[in-house]
Amino acid sequence: MHELSIVMGIVDLATKQALANGAIHIEEIELEIGCLSGIEMDSFEFAWKQGIRNSMLEHAVRHIHRTAGKALCVDCDTVFPLQQLFDSCPNCNGHLLSIISGKELKVKSLVLP
Amino acid sequence: MCATCGCGPTDHHHSHDHGHSLGNEQNTGKKIVTVEQDILQENNLLAQRNRGFFEGRNILSLNLVSSPGSGKTTLLERTLTDLKGQLEFAVIEGDQQTANDADRINATGTKVTQINTGKGCHLDAHMVLHAVQGMKLKPDSVLFIENVGNLVCPAMFDLGESERVVVISVTEGDDKPLKYPDMFHSSTLCIINKIDLLPYVNFKVEKAKEYARKINPNLEIIELSCTSGAGLETWYDWLKSKVLLPV
Repeated sequence: MHELSIVMGIVDLATKQALANGAIHIEEIELEIGCLSGIEMDSFEFAWKQGIRNSMLEHAVRHIHRTAGKALCVDCDTVFPLQQLFDSCPNCNGHLLSIISGKELKVKSLVLP
Repeated sequence: MCATCGCGPTDHHHSHDHGHSLGNEQNTGKKIVTVEQDILQENNLLAQRNRGFFEGRNILSLNLVSSPGSGKTTLLERTLTDLKGQLEFAVIEGDQQTANDADRINATGTKVTQINTGKGCHLDAHMVLHAVQGMKLKPDSVLFIENVGNLVCPAMFDLGESERVVVISVTEGDDKPLKYPDMFHSSTLCIINKIDLLPYVNFKVEKAKEYARKINPNLEIIELSCTSGAGLETWYDWLKSKVLLPV
């Protein structure tokens, strides 16, 4: 359940930004959670409900972008969608990969009153 | 909030507000604030702070991760005893409850600090920072950080370690790397432990290695047994090669 730590991280980060902008609550929050980021969405959902209680995010509308995994094969330069970390390159079967996207874990933006 | 010193997210002495926000007004009178910040940023900053501290003192810090019962503490006991006098050691023990592991390490005569995470399923850089503050670590030493036994959650949290060592034992399934790819992806060394039990279990070492290297082709792998002593020399050589002792 590291998802709870992640939710608490989001609450801290968003609270700091809202306070810096003179807001007392947050209306909307936009998150980016990559498909390879190690977040289990069911657990995240559960942790979210608990974590935002009595915080500025309690009534915020949440938008989540799930960025798909994408990798570059270091051996043959093929760029391909990466579903799992153990997928091999569809062109040369290589496993030496550089992950281009899918690891994101970000607060992108907030809408404040 | 920090459980150790009670400092909050806004007033902490080692937090940084980077202020990347770009405020602009919408027609509705609402304000959109662009944040674009990593959720793990706070942890990652503290991890880098730890890393700088370790590098400045030439301390080799190793984050030991595994599922519960893979033999991390036994491996440490054996290592600390066998290499006594050759290398300087200190240990941070992470467990949800009890100081049992710290007691076992303490019995070897090594300096040890226990972190109890309570309900927490992993160590984070903040906990390590506070543990290290109370330890007076010696320069040119080795610090073992034994993480909470869990192959999932600790993967996401950089502690500032020099190397991450994942331990699996042959009493587990040889497909562990495929089931918990994040941990194998972020580790630099994999120890396959309890190889003295291989005749009695259905664990295929070559298969486990193949799976692990599918996820991380650069992963070094050492097979050993703390009971029979097989492979320990390779592990000790690896350790010694990583400690850059001043001439």
